[in-house]
Amino acid sequence: MNNTDATAKTVDHLFRRQAGKMVAVLSHLFGLDHLQLVEDVVQDSFIRALQTWKLHGLPNNPEAWLLQTAKHKAIDLLRKQQLHKRYTQEDWIEKIDTADTFFHEQEIADSQLRMIFACCHPALKAEDQIALTLQIVSGFSVSEIARALLSNEAVIQKRIFRAKKFLRDNQVILEIPSGKELQQRLDTVCTVLYVLFNEGYHSLKAEELIRHDLCAEAMRCCKLLTEHPLIREYSAQALLALMCLHAARFDSRMDNSNDIILLEAQDRSLWDKELIRVGFYYLNLSASGKHISAYHIEAAIASEHMIAETFSKTNWDRLLDLYDMLLQVKPSPVILLNRAVVLAQLQQTEAAIASILSIPNIDTLIRTQAIYSAVLGDLYKRLSNTVKAREYLINARSLTPSLAEKKLFQQRLDALPAQNN
Amino acid sequence: MASFMFLFRGGLDPQTASPEEMQQNMHKWMSWVDDLKKKGVYKAGEALLPSGKSLHKNQVVTDGPYAESKEMIGGFFIVEAADIDAAISMAADCPDLVLGGSVEVRDVMVF
Repeated sequence: MNNTDATAKTVDHLFRRQAGKMVAVLSHLFGLDHLQLVEDVVQDSFIRALQTWKLHGLPNNPEAWLLQTAKHKAIDLLRKQQLHKRYTQEDWIEKIDTADTFFHEQEIADSQLRMIFACCHPALKAEDQIALTLQIVSGFSVSEIARALLSNEAVIQKRIFRAKKFLRDNQVILEIPSGKELQQRLDTVCTVLYVLFNEGYHSLKAEELIRHDLCAEAMRCCKLLTEHPLIREYSAQALLALMCLHAARFDSRMDNSNDIILLEAQDRSLWDKELIRVGFYYLNLSASGKHISAYHIEAAIASEHMIAETFSKTNWDRLLDLYDMLLQVKPSPVILLNRAVVLAQLQQTEAAIASILSIPNIDTLIRTQAIYSAVLGDLYKRLSNTVKAREYLINARSLTPSLAEKKLFQQRLDALPAQNN
Repeated sequence: MASFMFLFRGGLDPQTASPEEMQQNMHKWMSWVDDLKKKGVYKAGEALLPSGKSLHKNQVVTDGPYAESKEMIGGFFIVEAADIDAAISMAADCPDLVLGGSVEVRDVMVF
């Protein structure tokens, strides 16, 4: 590895990470109503960094350099512009004097949290919360968000515009909620991060790198939540555990030719041991709480898979119990489907099929989502019902937008015994 | 060996580029400069900010050159090469070319 590679490694995503931090800190300093100005200042600082560093190399502490540059630019603006209309002369001199305290490490973390709470404001639509969080907290550009969420730039632009307008119009302030409100707001934040993570983890259509980045961002934000002394909330810890345990398998789910490798066939030695360790650490922490959230149960399910030496040694009885618990907290078709898969592993294939077919609105689900037919196809194959297996697998193949999945379903179709007609 | 000047125009649009794109562009430039330095041909280089003043007859100072951003000189290198063709082949690795930027290669006059 030459020097440049080494530098490239150490500052992986530095700009993006730093963008979120800088916007958060400066918005705290100037107020959320000056978000546009703040974003301009931050962009400017990056332009300056790019121009200097590309020829002269990185400074000793690039993060500090960027923050300092942004801070000076911001203070210049405070001095020059009529920004301080709402402040008296003394007010803004004091503001400049205290600006330094905004750049302390704990304060930076707090600012990012405040920003996360603002972006995940409960009055915003879910899709707007996600787009806004990715842009402001995570430093993604509109086109990067569009690629990550498989949408187009105009749509994302609109969502962000709408969300920012809401924050402005309603004079949303940057704060970490407290008391009863904290719990509610935290639930929304956790949901947004959960969706964000799943977008990255499950979407097989988007390119690999950006999906990875989505998961990493969801985990970074979640870690901020769990680390804050005022929040330290068990469901956030459980959510982080869940993310770590899933992320540990990220790279073992595809082979070099981008073919899907199912859990059954994954090389367990490829699972990221460090992430598993961290996942269990947070899972244990989260267990101290009285309340059991859906995240707790989902993390427990993930952990069962992680501790099984081989697929066949998985504790399916325990998983069935966990799915039953999960259904109590969060009844949903996908969970019913997963529970049926566990039933099939317990040699109750017919019961599994019956339970899938009794999911509410199953006809529509089968017509619109590949996963139901994929599972049903496999289950009928186990029962040697080739005709039904073929029918469902063909349906799954036609419904999935993912090439990798199409290939997988085709392989299963090919593996079916030939029809005698 | 003769000296040549590279004048850079256009390239990544910093107003719309994302932090990630800027960082990737920076890394490409760093490894290009690194490469030229290893070959011992890189003599100097600076980036130029877009703002500036122009001085005219009778001490008249005006703002900017106000060129279109893609025509604005964004920076320069001084490199050593056997001849202009060698210099041009060096410039071919400039990371901004694929982004629509250009490199003007000029002979530095020897007295």
